Amino acid sequence: MMRFLLLFSRQGKLRLQKWFTPITEREKKKIIRDMTTLVLARQPRSCNFLQWKDLKIIYKRYASLYFCLAVENQENELLALEVIHRYVELLDKYFGNVCELDIIFNFEKAYFILDEFLMGGEIQETSKQMVNRSIEASDMLQEVRCTGTNAHPDLNHTRSIVISHVVFICLFAGVGILKRLGFWCFTKQ
Amino acid sequence: WVCHTPIRLRELIRTIRTARTQAEEREMIQKECAAIRSSFREEDNTYRCRNVAKLLYMHMLGYPAHFGQLECLKLIASQKFTDKRIGYLGAMLLLDERQDVHLLMTNCIKNDLNHSTQYVQGLALCTLGCMGSSEMCRDLAGEVEKLLKTSNSYLRKKAALCAVHVIRKVPELMEMFLPATKNLLSEKNHGVLHTSVVLLTEMCERSPDMLAHFRKLVPQLVRILKNLIMSGYSPEHDVSGISDPFLQVRILRLLRILGKGDDDSSEAMNDILAQVATNTETSKNVGNAILYETVLTIMDIKSESGLRVLAINILGRFLLNNDKNIRYVALTSLLKTVQTDHNAVQRHRSTIVDCLKDLDVSIKRRAMELSFALVNGNNIRGMMKELLYFLDSCDPEFKADCASGVFLAAEKYAPSKRWHIDTIMRVLTTAGSYVRDDSVPNLIQLITNSVEMHAYTVQRLYKALLDDISQQPLVQVASWCIGEYGDLLISGQCEEEEPIQVTEDEVLDVLEGLLVSNLSSPVTRGYSLTAIMKLSTRFSSVNRIKKVVSIYGSSIDVELQQRAVEYNALFKKYDHMRPALLERMPIMEKTASNGPTEIVQTNGEAEPSVVEPKHPPPVGQPASQVKNTVFGLVSRCLSLMAFYLFDLSKTVNFLSIGIPPMTAYNKNGLKIDFTFERANPNPNVAVITIHASNSTEADMTDFVFQAAVPKTFQLQLLSPSSNVVPALNQGTVTQVIRVLNQQKLRMRIKLTYIHKGSAVQDLAEVNNFPPQSWQ
Repeated sequence: MMRFLLLFSRQGKLRLQKWFTPITEREKKKIIRDMTTLVLARQPRSCNFLQWKDLKIIYKRYASLYFCLAVENQENELLALEVIHRYVELLDKYFGNVCELDIIFNFEKAYFILDEFLMGGEIQETSKQMVNRSIEASDMLQEVRCTGTNAHPDLNHTRSIVISHVVFICLFAGVGILKRLGFWCFTKQ
Repeated sequence: WVCHTPIRLRELIRTIRTARTQAEEREMIQKECAAIRSSFREEDNTYRCRNVAKLLYMHMLGYPAHFGQLECLKLIASQKFTDKRIGYLGAMLLLDERQDVHLLMTNCIKNDLNHSTQYVQGLALCTLGCMGSSEMCRDLAGEVEKLLKTSNSYLRKKAALCAVHVIRKVPELMEMFLPATKNLLSEKNHGVLHTSVVLLTEMCERSPDMLAHFRKLVPQLVRILKNLIMSGYSPEHDVSGISDPFLQVRILRLLRILGKGDDDSSEAMNDILAQVATNTETSKNVGNAILYETVLTIMDIKSESGLRVLAINILGRFLLNNDKNIRYVALTSLLKTVQTDHNAVQRHRSTIVDCLKDLDVSIKRRAMELSFALVNGNNIRGMMKELLYFLDSCDPEFKADCASGVFLAAEKYAPSKRWHIDTIMRVLTTAGSYVRDDSVPNLIQLITNSVEMHAYTVQRLYKALLDDISQQPLVQVASWCIGEYGDLLISGQCEEEEPIQVTEDEVLDVLEGLLVSNLSSPVTRGYSLTAIMKLSTRFSSVNRIKKVVSIYGSSIDVELQQRAVEYNALFKKYDHMRPALLERMPIMEKTASNGPTEIVQTNGEAEPSVVEPKHPPPVGQPASQVKNTVFGLVSRCLSLMAFYLFDLSKTVNFLSIGIPPMTAYNKNGLKIDFTFERANPNPNVAVITIHASNSTEADMTDFVFQAAVPKTFQLQLLSPSSNVVPALNQGTVTQVIRVLNQQKLRMRIKLTYIHKGSAVQDLAEVNNFPPQSWQ
């Protein structure tokens, strides 16, 4: 079985932690420290596997995030890489071109998606579409957006500025065209 | 009144991210926590969900969130799906089975398992399956079993994994899930199929009866696997042209368990394994993942030899793959099979040896381990050449293991004694400081027993000393040999190579040089003093030796002092015993165990029959260790002689000379003592020798000692004697520090080591330096 999954940035900031066995807070903190130290110290083109105590650690970097999965010794490391990749694909489908900011601002969604893909340290669903459908259906059930909007506010903010600019330009252009058409004749009086 | 609406989650995240310092962040967090706490106190239902979500974010940043535990329970009990979603998430993050409130969840989960909405049931199953305690599992197993029989595949797959968790927590409950497993494999839904295979695997691994019972499923599993391989493109499950690799791997693993030790089952799966092994696309990682699992299965079951060879060849091809991960996995698998299929693995020896030159550290390590496993009488010369080359160029982290491996292999398969000695010399000269402490007595024993090579050995060791005296194990072995065979050295006779011409004075110069050098550890100094003493019966310059011995009678090193005093006494009062005591060592039998002999306190001296111990051994010598060795007997003799005949207590003055030693660190069984000397040319330089000892019952490996001093000081740290601190005080690691100081000495030390499998790190201040060390 899988023992834990950690997501952290290149500076070692934790973005997601999923533990599949009961562990004290203190041990969790220590494991997180060990994992970030070990993984961030690895050379860029190293093998993605390392041995840590009695567990195999499989890690992979996607953009600015490290995905670090610990499995028991009898597990298949090459398949574990596929598990990580599948999770990234699921996040990508949900958020659309997922980036670290999405995970930061919507961490609870990242957990919800993970909990439809894995459970108790094992794979729950092998079909991408099934996982996506379950998440979408669950999202529909949410009565009220108690936590905020879907996308992250920074992006929203930029989007709204761009949109307002575009609208403004269109308006201007629109007025220009209308002038040419003599539309404004009425109002000049 | 201003009605305070708790801020939104995203808003909080954005605010916290603007903090420029840790302190600023902490302040924001504390402020928000206070607001959340008062909101909780007001029992606000509307914003509880939002507040708990914020708390979970802050928890991820590392801040305490335990005051939100009960709130998670309230959210779970709410009717709103949004509340339940966050509540269950919070429970999984904040509430493990150690918390008392954990059990309060049981009723909520029970209700939700029977909820009308499948997504609520799903949440409950997920939470139970991830972190349900044994009591919860006992209470709710019945509900899970019910859901395992439902036709709703969404729930069925979750129930299967939940059952796996229940069985892991409460193995006795396994039986109750047996009926529900009856038609699990006839499902078409891949999610259910996958989790069912996981459930069946768990049951088979835990119970031989279950295993026997489920063997009948082999044909069905083979059919499912065949369909996956032969079926056309299925968009829902396709990964780079392979249909549901996750399910394929899981089935292969279950087949492995079912086929192990059973001829019939193994035969039934033979064809499909061959088919997967030959037809799987290898261009992408996913195909190789399946091949890897297939190989593991083939090797574990009773497969026919053709299939086994096919499997090993797949691993051989993996070794040539550009992808590092695949090479690593191949090496790991070959290491597992090298015992059972030795000849097949041997065929890939050259590829494996090439992997020693790989840039990747993980691969190098596996290749080294596998190389040692492949060494045999036929390939020893070639293999050793490669391994010694590897030893020369590898990272320090490998050197100790590699050196040990070389010694072991050489001992087992050396084609000739000369080759053996040469190999040892090579290791000592290239990786001498990484060699384990226990290698020294083993090597000494080996050299003693190679009678015809004595002249050659002592000559080579002498020459090595002329080049370099920093590697302690080399210096110790060399000193011992010179002391033992110095007569051969100066005789100018050597069969194996051109004999060197060296005089007694030159040899004594070298040995005395070791005594005064700051590179020599106290153990090494002990060896060289004893060697000088032994030469008194082999050389004619007895007066010079007497002078040296008497000088060290007032050494501040207690160990040296004791030896020198004893040797002095040997000259003065017991000169008639001297030749017999210092006679050449006889050929020794190998000790029964491989444990380290107590070489630290002792040194190879003469025949034990000369002196009979009249009294029981003194305290401090662990009897079992010294019992069977010549070293031990003689050390006992000498100590006894010292104690009863030489009346040491009157001749040793500990405190009148020099700087007293101190304990710098003593924690978790690791004790570090400092002993002091003043360097001869520059009295402002304090030479500190650290002595690290380990009183726990496990060795401390990869021991690294680092020291830092205030800017006004200058510090030089020399190589340590070893990086393994043996358990139960069986030896010490020593290291020399030179500090240029004229003020009160302060030091910060950092220790890192591996103990019982876990990495330990500690920092400590050392402030209790004796005033004499800096005045």
